[in-house]
Amino acid sequence: MKRVQFEHSAIPYMFIAPQIIIIVVFFLWPAAQAVYQSFLLEDAFGLSSQFVWFRNYSDTIFNDAWLQAAGFTIVFSTLVTALSLGLALLLAVKANEVIRGASTYKTLLMWAYAIAPPVAGLMGNLMFNPLIGDLYIFMNSIGFDFDHKLDPYDAGFVVVLISVWKQVSVNFIFFLSGLQGIPKGVQEAALMDCKSSTRRFWTITFPLLAPTTFFLMVINITYAFFETFGIIDTTTQGAPGGATTTLVYKVFQDGFRGADIGGSSAQSVVLMIMVLVLTVIQFRFIEKKVHY
Amino acid sequence: MERVPISTHIILILGALFMTLPVWVAFATSTHAPETILREGLQFWPGPHFFETYNEVLFVEGGVMKKVTATTMLKNSMILGVGFAIGKVIISMLAAYAIVYFRFRLGVPLFWVIFMTLLLPLEVRIIPSYEVVANMGLLDTKAGLIIPLIASATGTFFFRQFFKSVPDELLEAARLDGASAWGFFIDILVPLSKTMIAAILIIMFVVGWNQYLWPLIMTTKEENYTLVIGIKQIYQVLNEGGELPQFQKAFALTILATLPPVLVVLIFQRWFVKGLVESEK
Amino acid sequence: MAQVELKQVRKTYPNGAEAIFGVDMQIDDGELIVFVGPSGCGKSTLLRMVAGLESVTSGDILIGDRVINDVSPSERDVAMVFQNYALYPHMSVRGNMSYGLKNRKMDKAEIERRITDAAKMLKIDKFLDRQPNQLSGGQRQRVAMGRAIVRNPQVFLFDEPLSNLDAKLRVQMRIEIKKLQRRMNVTSIYVTHDQTEAMTLADRLAVINEGRVEQMGAPMELYSNPRTLFVASFIGSPAINLIPAKFDGTSLIAGDMALAGFSDLPTDKDLVLGVRPDVLTVSDEGQFSINVDLVEQHGGENLIYGSLPSMVSDAGDVQEICLKASQSLLPGLDEKMTLAFNPEDAFVFEKDTGARLK
Repeated sequence: MKRVQFEHSAIPYMFIAPQIIIIVVFFLWPAAQAVYQSFLLEDAFGLSSQFVWFRNYSDTIFNDAWLQAAGFTIVFSTLVTALSLGLALLLAVKANEVIRGASTYKTLLMWAYAIAPPVAGLMGNLMFNPLIGDLYIFMNSIGFDFDHKLDPYDAGFVVVLISVWKQVSVNFIFFLSGLQGIPKGVQEAALMDCKSSTRRFWTITFPLLAPTTFFLMVINITYAFFETFGIIDTTTQGAPGGATTTLVYKVFQDGFRGADIGGSSAQSVVLMIMVLVLTVIQFRFIEKKVHY
Repeated sequence: MERVPISTHIILILGALFMTLPVWVAFATSTHAPETILREGLQFWPGPHFFETYNEVLFVEGGVMKKVTATTMLKNSMILGVGFAIGKVIISMLAAYAIVYFRFRLGVPLFWVIFMTLLLPLEVRIIPSYEVVANMGLLDTKAGLIIPLIASATGTFFFRQFFKSVPDELLEAARLDGASAWGFFIDILVPLSKTMIAAILIIMFVVGWNQYLWPLIMTTKEENYTLVIGIKQIYQVLNEGGELPQFQKAFALTILATLPPVLVVLIFQRWFVKGLVESEK
Repeated sequence: MAQVELKQVRKTYPNGAEAIFGVDMQIDDGELIVFVGPSGCGKSTLLRMVAGLESVTSGDILIGDRVINDVSPSERDVAMVFQNYALYPHMSVRGNMSYGLKNRKMDKAEIERRITDAAKMLKIDKFLDRQPNQLSGGQRQRVAMGRAIVRNPQVFLFDEPLSNLDAKLRVQMRIEIKKLQRRMNVTSIYVTHDQTEAMTLADRLAVINEGRVEQMGAPMELYSNPRTLFVASFIGSPAINLIPAKFDGTSLIAGDMALAGFSDLPTDKDLVLGVRPDVLTVSDEGQFSINVDLVEQHGGENLIYGSLPSMVSDAGDVQEICLKASQSLLPGLDEKMTLAFNPEDAFVFEKDTGARLK
């Protein structure tokens, strides 16, 4: 809030109206529709519907396919978050150390940000193509009986690998800027107080990066939930047998492929609640201790 | 200054290879003949078929899709990227200006309405959103493609944060200088936000260009495909089998889909990093 | 050219916090008035109310004969120099100075003429096409003044304009502001927390404390005749020596000292004796003695700090005394000095109310 503000009746509404109108039409109204439809059961032809309370929820959520997708989503998000954060932190710390060639490294490590997830997916897909994919051949040649079309773990490996690859650059950018934001004086004081660079990292640098790390965790979980849609859709499409289906991918499959509007909406509502929880956690923590 | 150990450089080189090699291989492979690729697998060095492949993909009807060429898709992607970026900057600057610089009764509730968009990613309201756009007759239109995407809160929060960092005294000085609400916005705030606008334009161009789910469901006609959607189609063609799989075209298309946003990010790297880091505060 | 009048001006914020409690003030045409006080005392708020940047809760503000409470800032015919200059960073010096005139739809030639005149006067005519970030602090300060001058306003408002400058530049700019104001003869209000700035600049100064004007008058009048303990302690550098005391009917008792020469003071109240460092003299027949703690050599004069051995508070704090002496007087550490002062030159305040009794 500015100390001095304009006080006019109509002008601010005119400024804010475009965004609000679009939000109401394309965000709030559809979201309300999703909630409404989650309580309806349509017949097979979409001609009539009846109000069924929470039946869609109990039908879609307490069934094996949804629970399998939920399980995969949790494992998948954890792996993607942990691996891409870890890798990005390592690279950022190293990139922050070098002086010669620093900007070249930086550029090479961050440019993949610009690549769309489905494009990354297709590229990965081709690398693992049984006919030509070197990675496919490589995995088999070192003794794995690798087949991501049939083996759920191999399929999971492929989507995790591509998702991590795609996310490292964002995390790298934030970690590097976080590292560069640590005051030089603090680093120099630490240099005089502590000889071991490993110890210095874990006792000084890493705690000071806590806000960045926490923020990135939320971003990465959101990414693994939602934005990996494009990767899954261009690689495994949830196969084999739903083993790589995330919750978001399932909403899409049930709604558009399966035309189960009620069930898909119920799943959407559950996802909304998850996003809400994530957002609340994010704001709680950000307002609390994690900031220095 | 301490000497940088060699292991640091090794780790960084391995990281850089990990991030760049796949794209390089995709490019190299795209310049070979399909027979070569099928016989020898992925290629690490460019081959002789660069012009042939890209010419066919970009300009020959039926080269990648049934009707459209990659040039059409490139144009569609460009419209989506640029339209999304500009639209987003305009509506979010206006909204942020209202929120930061005016005291009005619905200011706080409307701020929360904008905030709520963070809780409603497209994926959780995809079917009703599709229905809304379909009912408005906006399927397969540029407006239907772009407008529903530009209203999310990120841009508004970004400019709100920036406007709050503008010293109060500037507004006070401008008021003593007789500037109106619109005058202050156009004469002072917009020129002052130049670098911020550039940064957000770059990021939003990339985000818009890379949109996948929304264009996927709301474009039905081939001539409206963006490159990123075209990728999905070529993937399906590859999977259907048939004659000789045209891997080089699939790779060429991924390169084409990658090139413009990558170039933008590389050319404007400094602004892009600044915008990205600042926007998430 | 105008006089400014404040009538029972009050300011209460929407959250109930009160900032200004009924200020009355008459500022004459061409006068330079300084509002001085500690930070948070309301001096800036009062200035901003005159500028129109803060609303007036009750009372009236007049410029000339016009009540301007509800007139928009741009129509009050005032110009302001801000603490951080508030230059438009994307506009050239010329752009900064002309912006307000353009908004008033002034004729182009007239704008140019005014800018040229002001720039010459401020010696910034060489920088007119530069951006603010290409200027030094002092030059920015001049541009900020130039922006005010071209407006040719009835009243100049200065909100701590020198506080971002280094000490040397501050003194220099202070002199220039004073000369400029003399030459242009425009009614001016100047806010500062720096009492030296206030003393040297003001025709009259208003000492503000907790939203009230404690005393208003010419600088020397406030120095030699403060109405309250607050004014006495705020004005003067080095600060006045304040010694807690009681009156026993014949003399002032402070610690084990009995100071004669005082009369007509209440015996039942806690008092504070105020003695300025420059009225203390070294004398063998002095009224009290100090142990020297520190000597600051300022060149032309020495400031001698010492403690009164007989007066140690419960918390163990000693009563510090400062004495302004010539450069030749250079006592050693812990040396004992006997001091004297003329009771005529000392003030006595009531401790609880701060009111001056003598």
